[in-house]
Amino acid sequence: MIGQRPNEMRTAARRVRGMGAARSGTTHFWHQRVTSVAGVLLTVALIVIVVALLGRSHAAVVQILGSPLVAIIMLLFILNSAYHMWIGMQEIILDYLHDDKFKFLSLLANTFFCVAVGLASAFAILKLSFGV
Amino acid sequence: MVEITLPKNSKVTEGKTWPRTSHATNLTEFKIYRWNPDDGANPHIDTYYVDRDNCGPMVLDALIWIKNNVDPTLTFRRSCREGVCGSCAMNIDGTNTLACTKAIDDNKTPLKVYPLPHQPVVKDLVPDLKNFYAQYASIEPWLHTVSPTPEKEWKQSHEDRSKLDGMYECILCACCSTSCPSYWWNSDRYLGPAALLQANRWVQDSRDEATGERLDNLEDPFRLYRCHTIMNCSKACPKGLNPAKEIATLKKALVDRQV
Repeated sequence: MIGQRPNEMRTAARRVRGMGAARSGTTHFWHQRVTSVAGVLLTVALIVIVVALLGRSHAAVVQILGSPLVAIIMLLFILNSAYHMWIGMQEIILDYLHDDKFKFLSLLANTFFCVAVGLASAFAILKLSFGV
Repeated sequence: MVEITLPKNSKVTEGKTWPRTSHATNLTEFKIYRWNPDDGANPHIDTYYVDRDNCGPMVLDALIWIKNNVDPTLTFRRSCREGVCGSCAMNIDGTNTLACTKAIDDNKTPLKVYPLPHQPVVKDLVPDLKNFYAQYASIEPWLHTVSPTPEKEWKQSHEDRSKLDGMYECILCACCSTSCPSYWWNSDRYLGPAALLQANRWVQDSRDEATGERLDNLEDPFRLYRCHTIMNCSKACPKGLNPAKEIATLKKALVDRQV
C-alpha cells in the first residue's frame, strides 16, 4: 500500500469491499490444526523408530521399515507432513507474494512439490513393505 | 506487499535541531518525524529540547509545548487528552500508543516520535486512515435485526452483555492494526485487528440477528485468515484490550459452524 496508490479514483469502500469474501479458508485453518496435533504424535513415533534403527544392518532396517505397523506409521507421517507443509507454504505465499504471475507460479510449484515429495516418499515405504 | 526498504521519496533524513529555550535546566530531547507534502523534500527527523519544568508529564503535553513555544508548524492530531478519543495515536519510542496517556519518563531518551507505521502520511505525525475507516465500515458496526422492532429496547441478559466486555472499549485509534506485520503487507485485503475485534463485538452481541451473514463476510483467506497470532496488536493496545483473542474467537466460531 505504502508509496503506491494505483486506484486513487476509486473510493476506499470500493477497494475494501473488493470482490467480497471468498467464503473459504476455515477448512485450511482447521486442517492445519488437526495435522499439527497428528504431527506431534507421529513425530514422537518417528523418533522411536529411528532410534530403534540406529546401528542395525541394511537388511534389518529394510525388514523393520517394511513391517506393517511401522510402515503404516511412516506412511501417516509422510502424508500428514506433506499436507501440513502444503497448507503452510501456501499461507506464506499469500502473505508475501502479491504479484499475480509470481504468486500463481509459486502456488503451482508448491502444490507440485508437496504432492511429488509426499508420493515419492510413500512409494519408497510401500516398496519396502511389498518388496517388489 | 513486503517492502524491506522505503521508497526513495520516503527515505528519512537528518533534519534541523531547534534551539533550546533560554534558562531552562531540565530538558528532554525529542526526535520527531517531519514531512511536509508541499515542499517536495524527503521526511526528516527534527530535534527539539522540551523544558520539563514548564510542561505536563505526557508525550502529548510535550508536543503541544513544542508547538506553542518552539515550532508552530509541527502537525499532529489530538482532542480529548485522556485516552478516549484515539486521535493522538502515534509511534512513540518504537511502540504504537496514545501520546496523551504515555508518560515522557516511561521512554528512552532522546524520545523518538513517528507517525503510525505503514500508513500514508498526510503531514508530520498525521497518518491517512481512510482505508482503516473503510474497513471498519465494511463490517457494518450496527445492530442487524429481522424481528419487528420492540416497543422499548432490545433486551439482553447481564451474562450476554458481559460478553461484550473487552470489545466495546475499543476507541479505533489504529495502534493495533498498524503494529501488525500482516496488516503492513496486506492492508488492502486483510481487515486488521481493530476491524476484526469490532466484527467480533457484533458477532457476539446476543441481540444481533445477522451472525451468519457477518461470519460469511469474514470467511476469507485474506480478510480474516492473514492473522497468524503474532500478537503485536495485544501488546500495542493502549486500552489494554486483547484483539488477538477476539480474532481467535471469530476463527473458533467459523470452525464451530462447520465441524
